[in-house]
Amino acid sequence: MSALLRCRDLSRAFGGLLALEGLDLDVEEGGVLGLIGPNGSGKTTFFNVLTGFFPATRGEVLFAGEPITGLSPQVVYRKGVARTFQRSRLCLPLSIFDNLLIGNHKHLDHRLWSNLVDRRALRRQIEQTFAEARELVRIFDPPLADRLLEPASRIPMIDRRRIEVCRALISRPRLLLLDEPSAGMTQEETMRLMDDILQVKSRLGGLTIILIEHEMTVIERVTERCVVLNYGRKIAEGAYAEIARTPSVREAYLGLE
Amino acid sequence: MRKGLLAAAAVLAVSLALREDDFALLLLTRVLIVILACLGLNVQFGYAGVVNFAGATFFGVGGYTAAVLARSTAVPHLFILLIGGAAAALAGTILVVPVLRTRGHYAALVTIAFALLFRTFFEVNDALGGPQGLKLPELRIGPVHFNDAIEIGSFFASFYLKYIVLSLLLAALGFAFVLRLERSFIGVALDCIRLDEIAAASFGVDVARWKIVAFTLGNFLIGLAGALSAFMVGFIAPDNYSFGESLIFVSILLLGGLGNPWGLSLASAVVLLLPEKLQVIAEYRFLLFAAVVILILLFRPAGLLPRPLRRLT
Repeated sequence: MSALLRCRDLSRAFGGLLALEGLDLDVEEGGVLGLIGPNGSGKTTFFNVLTGFFPATRGEVLFAGEPITGLSPQVVYRKGVARTFQRSRLCLPLSIFDNLLIGNHKHLDHRLWSNLVDRRALRRQIEQTFAEARELVRIFDPPLADRLLEPASRIPMIDRRRIEVCRALISRPRLLLLDEPSAGMTQEETMRLMDDILQVKSRLGGLTIILIEHEMTVIERVTERCVVLNYGRKIAEGAYAEIARTPSVREAYLGLE
Repeated sequence: MRKGLLAAAAVLAVSLALREDDFALLLLTRVLIVILACLGLNVQFGYAGVVNFAGATFFGVGGYTAAVLARSTAVPHLFILLIGGAAAALAGTILVVPVLRTRGHYAALVTIAFALLFRTFFEVNDALGGPQGLKLPELRIGPVHFNDAIEIGSFFASFYLKYIVLSLLLAALGFAFVLRLERSFIGVALDCIRLDEIAAASFGVDVARWKIVAFTLGNFLIGLAGALSAFMVGFIAPDNYSFGESLIFVSILLLGGLGNPWGLSLASAVVLLLPEKLQVIAEYRFLLFAAVVILILLFRPAGLLPRPLRRLT
């Protein structure tokens, strides 16, 4: 299989600080890549450069063989990259369903005419997305699938995480970027969430995942390959079992004296 | 829909009952016109989160456009009303770049600066009547002369009844437009832009585009209301479009419940009618009025009628 995502010499500087420096990284289609490293090592910066929030200072990103460096977040999403955030970014005053509609933005008709005047297509799309949303949420938590019309503010943290993941998945992206899904959750909750994501992955077929995670048990269980960042550079790459033995990784991250 | 028809019927019934009372009908028309303007502000502020402290200015652009066109051209007045809205929307494009680049307090300041600028422009421009302002000719739509009293057999009604019908019609159209906008994918996108621009951009929402659309559509409604108001009053001057008026628009929105067209309608009535009802206590009425506003916001911070959750299904 060919690489779905290919980064070459990807760099990002903030003033004099090199948050990301010369990163070469490949992710195979259908693979699950773990991205680990201490706080401030450039993991989230990598996501932000990838999704077009920060332009790269140097280097190139190829997605499905096409350069996506310098594209806007909107265009990157349309090409099939969806993400979650470290800190929850749900629209809490809106209903859960509204939040999922935002995730499905690229499949919805936003022309003024069909939104304001002839609304038949709109109604059809609402029904269709609602059915898809229920089906998707049911994989994560069946009771939650019956609560889609409640405000997102009313559900507990774990369900908000699930909805955030569903918001990223509902548009059927090719690449899913998960930024520390375990933040604010117990280990079991995270494990369950990851199992559910993998279940969706097997259903969708071909979904590729990059996972930023501090919880090593999660990394060990769900990733096939890991990249370790430190001070914006890749210091190791390989299966978790291998990199966990690498002295430089243990020194930088796993806390070995 | 049913709620809207009921409300419109109620307004018509009240106006018919008060058909000979000029002042009551004038007040009611003003309420309807302010509702129309605040619906526009609601699209900007309540949905897209674009603050606009220059509401009275766009209202004024509509008014001045109507005055100039009605005085010096033969354009049918119905079109002049629409052109008034379009002119306000066009004037808003001057503000597009700063509005897109600033947020929160800074965006508010930009619109305040714009309001002051335009006020000065109206005041010093002799073609626009300077500080004395301009008179408008009578509003005519088709065969209807709006400043003639209605007399059909023994039925007599103030000429304001015609303005009520027209402003009710426009407010109802504005209402239908805003309600549909809210219950659409565009409404969802606007809400997301207001609540979290980064999340919106991550899911493909073109933040700049929708802010411009909301700002422009909102200004159109405000300008349309301004043009109608100018015809009804028959006279416009820079003083009618002061910063204080802009603040009243914004306070109606907050008082009613940001994002709820029903809330702003109720608040428009409260804000415009309460000081009039309190005439007996003379100048103290503004004090009492201010106290009422503060109490409402203290005990109902989300407004009189907080916006309900959207139900698309």
